[in-house]
Amino acid sequence: MSRAKKKDRFMTGVFYAIGWIMLAFLLYLTFTIIFDGIKGFSPDFLGAAGNGIFNQFFNTIYLVFLSLLVSVPIGIGAGVYLAEYAKEGKFLSMVEVSIESLSSLPSIVIGLFGYLVFIMWTGMSWNIVAGALTISILSIPLITTETNNAIRSLPIEYKEGSLGLGATKSETIRKVLIPAAMPQILTGVIMAAGRGFGEAAALLYTSGQSTYVNWHNFWKITSPTSPLNPFRSGETLSLHIWVMRTEGALNPKATEIANFTSAVLVILALLFTLVTRRISDKMRKRNNGGK
Amino acid sequence: MEDKITIENLNLYYSDFHALHDVNMHIQKNEITAFIGPSGCGKSTLLRCLNRMNDLVEGCRIEGSVKLDGTDIYGGDLDVTVLRQRVGMVFQRPNPFPMSVYDNVAYGPKIHGVTDKQELDEIVETSLKQAAIWDDLKDRLNKSALGLSGGQQQRLCIARALAVKPEVLLMDEPTSALDPISTSKIEELALQLKKDYTIVIVTHNMQQAVRISDKTGFFLLGDLVEFGETDQLFSMPKDERTERYITGRFG
Repeated sequence: MSRAKKKDRFMTGVFYAIGWIMLAFLLYLTFTIIFDGIKGFSPDFLGAAGNGIFNQFFNTIYLVFLSLLVSVPIGIGAGVYLAEYAKEGKFLSMVEVSIESLSSLPSIVIGLFGYLVFIMWTGMSWNIVAGALTISILSIPLITTETNNAIRSLPIEYKEGSLGLGATKSETIRKVLIPAAMPQILTGVIMAAGRGFGEAAALLYTSGQSTYVNWHNFWKITSPTSPLNPFRSGETLSLHIWVMRTEGALNPKATEIANFTSAVLVILALLFTLVTRRISDKMRKRNNGGK
Repeated sequence: MEDKITIENLNLYYSDFHALHDVNMHIQKNEITAFIGPSGCGKSTLLRCLNRMNDLVEGCRIEGSVKLDGTDIYGGDLDVTVLRQRVGMVFQRPNPFPMSVYDNVAYGPKIHGVTDKQELDEIVETSLKQAAIWDDLKDRLNKSALGLSGGQQQRLCIARALAVKPEVLLMDEPTSALDPISTSKIEELALQLKKDYTIVIVTHNMQQAVRISDKTGFFLLGDLVEFGETDQLFSMPKDERTERYITGRFG
């Protein structure tokens, strides 16, 4: 066997090994979290009172939903602007770099910024909207960057074809370019939602560490105890894990609750990713005819 | 014969580069006009002046006039979206949108305000029939257009262009990415379409110009060297450069 061929085999082996080690590590982590969560399970964890985490579960979904409501339109809009309207040049690349680094700022810094702007300046107490907006600061850049890249990577022929039929630029963007880029834009949405599911530090002083809700008031959205009231404080699952390991540690079941919460959070995030992936694959298939 | 498009003293610059020099040309209704010449001679650039696709190119500047039925298309009296609806375009590489066959054809009419489902259905069917591809595609209207073969995609693009009821059809080397059988289908199609449309085609294939065009313009380095009846231009060219090009001595 020639030297080059040997080297090729060796390197291929190395890359395979790295891949398998990563996969094994990931599976180990996922299964440990889920297994530990189930091990200490007790039925009262499912309730909305005492040791139950149903409220936190609901808060997490609600907060992610609200933050996507803000970050998806703004993120896609900003991405389209960068890709199609902004003038090419130094300024544009500077803006792009700034946006990319915005999402990698330490989340506690963003959290304190959110506390200052959405809590102190508005004079409100901790609330879910403040948390959702703070998360949006972290997630808008993800969607913006993904949208910008997705639209730039489309063939110029799509744009020419549409303009050539007498469409305006905005019709071309809305009806051809964004739908064609949608499967990739959804990747950005998955990452954005991931920030919402996983973030704790940014929510500590914005959405708060407590939840006071009365499920009988569910549809009375203006009631301070209605679960749907977005201006009440609401602790999310990831924050609950942190609380259970700090001030909540006095609870004799704190460890089990934290473990179970982790398992639920992992499964929730996983489910969201799988479902969105599926939608994205379906779209890609419909666009490209199974290719 | 009346002029469909009149090009007068057209000069085009890409920033400092002078790409077209004093082009004058009369394009007649219900004829096929071919532009030939070596790569970089300006033939595609001129074609893209006729529906203002060069507007997309930064630093592109145009002097002179291009008139469609007597109205200067650069004069501000004609909205560019209306112009492009009247002067349709088929591109070098088939470029169906990543959506269904039906949506591709219905896209133009929808943009121009047709909302009635039945009317859209009719337009889609008529356009696909005009492009001689209805029989191939009638059972897969809801399938993605990107799953079609190259030749089918190009005929779909022609149908898409016809769906907005244009008067002129610009074809920018429409067969350069296709196999010989698909090419001859597109050529037959062009000959049929000339009854109802005025066609301008850019081609690097001289045989194609001979086969289908009524008039031919030969371009070289941004000059329109010679323009006239296709038969005459290929059998008795007036300019020595044309003769050298068509006999294959350069290009």
